[in-house]
Amino acid sequence: MTTMSPHSTDETMKPLSFWESATRWTMSVDHKKLGLMYIAAGLVFFLIGGVEAALMRLQLARANAGIIDPETFNQLFTMHGTTMVFLVGMPVLLGFGNYLLPLMVGARDMAFPRLNAFGFWLFIFGGMLLYFSYVGSEGLYGAPGAPDVGWFAYAPLTSRTYSRGNSTDYWILGILISGIGSMTTAINFIATAICMRCPGMTLMRMPMISWMMLVVAALVLVAVPVLTAAQVMLLFDRSFGAHFFDPQTEGSAILWQHLFWFFGHPEVYILVLPAFGFVSEILPVFSRKPIFGYGLMVAATVGIGFIALGVWAHHMFVVGMGPTLDSFFAASTFLISVPTGIKIFNWIATMWGGRLRFHTPMLFVTGFIAMFVLGGLTGIMLATVPVDWQLSDSYFVVGHFHYVLFGGTVFGIFAAIFYWFPKATGKMLDDHLGKWSFWLLFIGFTLTFMPMHISGVLGMPRRIYTYEADRGFEIWNLISTIGVPIQMAGVALFLWNVVKSLRNGKPAGDDPWDGWTLEWATSSPPPEWNFDRIPTCTSARPLWDKKHPEDPDAHYE
Amino acid sequence: MTSLPVSTSSAMPASAAPLRAAYSRAKVGMASLIFMESAFFGTFLVTYLYYIGKSPDGPQPLDCLELGPVTVNSVCLFASSATVVFAVKALARGAVAAFRTWLLITILLGLEFIVGTGLEWNTLINEKGLTIASNAFGTNYYSLVGFHAFHVIIGLLILIGILVLSLTGCIDPRRDHARIDVATWYWHFVDAVWIFVFALVYFIGRVPQDFVGHIPVGGGL
Repeated sequence: MTTMSPHSTDETMKPLSFWESATRWTMSVDHKKLGLMYIAAGLVFFLIGGVEAALMRLQLARANAGIIDPETFNQLFTMHGTTMVFLVGMPVLLGFGNYLLPLMVGARDMAFPRLNAFGFWLFIFGGMLLYFSYVGSEGLYGAPGAPDVGWFAYAPLTSRTYSRGNSTDYWILGILISGIGSMTTAINFIATAICMRCPGMTLMRMPMISWMMLVVAALVLVAVPVLTAAQVMLLFDRSFGAHFFDPQTEGSAILWQHLFWFFGHPEVYILVLPAFGFVSEILPVFSRKPIFGYGLMVAATVGIGFIALGVWAHHMFVVGMGPTLDSFFAASTFLISVPTGIKIFNWIATMWGGRLRFHTPMLFVTGFIAMFVLGGLTGIMLATVPVDWQLSDSYFVVGHFHYVLFGGTVFGIFAAIFYWFPKATGKMLDDHLGKWSFWLLFIGFTLTFMPMHISGVLGMPRRIYTYEADRGFEIWNLISTIGVPIQMAGVALFLWNVVKSLRNGKPAGDDPWDGWTLEWATSSPPPEWNFDRIPTCTSARPLWDKKHPEDPDAHYE
Repeated sequence: MTSLPVSTSSAMPASAAPLRAAYSRAKVGMASLIFMESAFFGTFLVTYLYYIGKSPDGPQPLDCLELGPVTVNSVCLFASSATVVFAVKALARGAVAAFRTWLLITILLGLEFIVGTGLEWNTLINEKGLTIASNAFGTNYYSLVGFHAFHVIIGLLILIGILVLSLTGCIDPRRDHARIDVATWYWHFVDAVWIFVFALVYFIGRVPQDFVGHIPVGGGL
């Protein structure tokens, strides 16, 4: 446990041996160290998943290419999807929640620090177990190989008959274990947001990101156990000859789809709501205006949380569920675009008439809004049942969800890294290099994913390892692949920026952006106990009130 | 963490009066855990419901499941929810001996449930020939009832742990009765789950299995 000794600041001045600093990190229950480890591990998996994507794009650049054989290609798209959702999105966002939630509500740590460390190490173990399949599993033809059943692992492809060996069991267990880690973290978020707020911070004065994390945690607690249960059923099918999902022996393959997507669609909101939180924190600071419609934003967030639980079967329109269910899930999907649209308009209204400062975080946030709107619009197209019948499982869908998850979530994550890096390290990231990163990523992203909509409409199915030359797919696939090295350059520049800034970046000071939330009220990096005195809160912008005693927000509440 | 000095600004504005969390961390944490576990059991319950009447081959629920033994087990489990309340109430008024006695009774009732379930499974496997691999009914039965029994065992381990702590003098009634109360929420939860499992498996689910066409539930799936 952390102890508040007056000597600890002196101790940190002495250079630690490698062993000392390694044990200090691995044995830590400090929410900040755990948060940073979550983010760092997530970024490592981001690079791995990115390499997997790049290999796929290389193979698809030309028709009838033979760089990668079909079996490897199946493993690549399975591992790319699984990695990006479970080992990048979840841990990086939970890591930010870990780092920020106690600081922003004015607490000294999470509600259950040891449970927090437990969840983190479960995630690491699950991720390593999944990747161990490359060397340790018994895949197709008895040779080691990664899972190759797709990230949503449809039955009966996952049955013993069609998935020989045990690579699918690695997929089940790796995700199951990291899922248990996510659930413990979610319990921690809820207890922290409800019980650990500083004096004066009522629920309606919580920073927006705390609200988002609270709703995300609730969604994790509803959705992830369903996946866990379904994975246990699949494990029983594969190990004990049970009959849950095998249609040849009384099982139902459709049931797996229902259970998976009952998890899978809330998961999309689990991945995007924290990014909404980043935007809602960063946008006001760089527009020099409080967030427009705080109460409505909270209501929209909670609304998204509820509606997210009732839209899952829009992934299953091509199953043939019948007109009643199709109509219901199309309607609920249209409905969820209402609270999401409210957020978009509130963000635009926040920028409207503000004194905009386009530093790197703000660039990424603006990019987020634009990309996310495009991804949302194609989402509404896909929610229309007849359109979905035409476009389901085509590259149009791939383009759609990369606009939401890459243009949305990943851009949000980059914005958050540039915004909070000074707080976590005490050093500024280079703004000039950051802008280069943004434009490279933005251009590379557009080149890669915009043409996918066209190749999808032309009829290119997802997950094929190659295609014939005369289908009209070639030019669009070539453009998609050309975007990849540009994105890689953007990411490489970002990594160089991190290394350079950690070594000799500009000192940040406590509050480099002139922020309004409590994490800027303590030093950078914050001490292990966060605040020497537990702060107090008089409005939704406690630091504004402190800086402007002549005109505090509290007067307008 | 609680030992840290929590200082608040002396010149605190009226609107920044100390926020008194309405619920303790332990309560919110346990409630969240129960919420999560409910989603987990909900999945198995819905799956069970979906497969009712869709498993025409192999051993059938009407032939396999008998109400006698399971009723005894259920009465014991439901009674244990009451006895654990008596235990917590005894602890709250400082009656340690009564607390230990009621706790021991609770543990024994829980053990009866586990042993009873084991005996029932023994009959099912060796006499009726129902296993997890025989048909969809067997798969769902053993998964749902098995996961519930697994949670009862976890609950029992918690209760036994509390009893051991109490016998070794580690539990101070005044300091700990609220925590013990939160820990027993879990026991009430596994009891509550059993209400659903019992009703679904032994009443709703004991229908002839050639009912497929007649049951509207899950027809759309």
